[in-house]
Amino acid sequence: MSPVVKRKGEKFTLPSKYLLLILTLICILLMLLSFGTNVFEKPLNTSVGYVVVPFQEGISKAGEWLANRTEELREIRELLQENAALKEQVASLTEENTLLQQDKYELNELRGLLQLDEQYGAYDKVGARIISRDSGNWYSSFVIDKGEEDGLTEDMNVIAGGGLVGRITATGPNWARVTSIISDNSNISAMTLVSGDNLIVSGDLKMMSEGVITFSKLVDSGNVVVEGDKIVTSRISDKYLPNILIGYVHTINWDNNNLTKSGYITPAVDFEHLSEVLVITTMKQVVEDADE
Amino acid sequence: MLRKISMVCLILICFLLETSVFNHFAMGGIVPKLTIILTSAYGFMRGEEEGMCVGFLCGLLCDVFYGDVMGFYALILTYIGYVNGKFSRIFYPEDIKLPIALIIVSDLSYGVLCYILLFLMRGRFDFLYYFTGVILPEALYTIVVTVFLYPIILKINEKLDRREKRSA
Repeated sequence: MSPVVKRKGEKFTLPSKYLLLILTLICILLMLLSFGTNVFEKPLNTSVGYVVVPFQEGISKAGEWLANRTEELREIRELLQENAALKEQVASLTEENTLLQQDKYELNELRGLLQLDEQYGAYDKVGARIISRDSGNWYSSFVIDKGEEDGLTEDMNVIAGGGLVGRITATGPNWARVTSIISDNSNISAMTLVSGDNLIVSGDLKMMSEGVITFSKLVDSGNVVVEGDKIVTSRISDKYLPNILIGYVHTINWDNNNLTKSGYITPAVDFEHLSEVLVITTMKQVVEDADE
Repeated sequence: MLRKISMVCLILICFLLETSVFNHFAMGGIVPKLTIILTSAYGFMRGEEEGMCVGFLCGLLCDVFYGDVMGFYALILTYIGYVNGKFSRIFYPEDIKLPIALIIVSDLSYGVLCYILLFLMRGRFDFLYYFTGVILPEALYTIVVTVFLYPIILKINEKLDRREKRSA
């Protein structure tokens, strides 16, 4: 007698190994389909978005509130101790402040020269709030509370605090997933601001604990790139708009081939304490394929 | 019917807690995997079928929001549910050692599988770093959370068991 079909009157049950086989096949089918097309993605994204996202919004707000309150309580105690120490510091800081002010004038002048501000301002931006983060501790992506209904689509660039955060990699009607530049699976074509040399910036889980991400394939023939130089997105990137600040060179080393350099970059954005981001709704211009 | 509703509710609650609330309590950027606790608990409490179903649904939720490939986490969690279901024959509600051990092993194997499939395949060979930096802390944090979460899941299960016995 076949193991699937049972006697009359008994409830129809499927042996667990067959169920395992069926679920495995479904998963493999889903994987194959999502490599080639996104037939399943749209309805799934939509339906799940409507069920889960409202909860996530609420919980993340409540969680934020709770975390803030606990933080406050702890801070009060710390603040009392700190207050005494800080008063002593005030004197020395006042002196430092005057020095910094001088630096600031210089910085503003240099910024004006580079015309970075002007370029950011030209793009249309939409503000969004982060409502959940990737729970798998491998990649750094998060979900924001705006989606297709707010005019967001895949591959839009996301910035915060003047630096590049990442880009949108999936969208639902009321949510979008942002894969950040520190994520281990992210690679960005970038260039140095001083010389315009191209390089590749890759996220790295291992280095992120030290607050840096890696770069490679920098052809620095003039030997002009030094630590502290600005790294921005390149003009030839097909996903990122040009001249968005990624970070500053942290360390720089020659590769074994003596032709290219690699090293580490300190990101301009504080990814630990990110809660609001700006989505640039201007898309990078792409050359359409002739046969499409 | 009540069992199914409670199952779906628990899956949603765990997923939501994991992705929203626990981010505020992340230790060194590590978040506990509540969905693994749930999958594994359903596995050894209720058997292979329910373990698999819970794993599949939890995985699918992760996939929709955070997976690059649809069905990847669903597949891993389905198998975790299935393997844990094999232990339902030697499971007693009074015994806490077996559940803890099973959840640790589940989380560790989930971490190792993720490392192999997502990182090793891309030429990141430093297993020791990823093991001590991600996999092990995740498993430990998960166990700490298990101590609080598991009794709740067990209580719900016992309540439902009693209810079903009465109506049967």
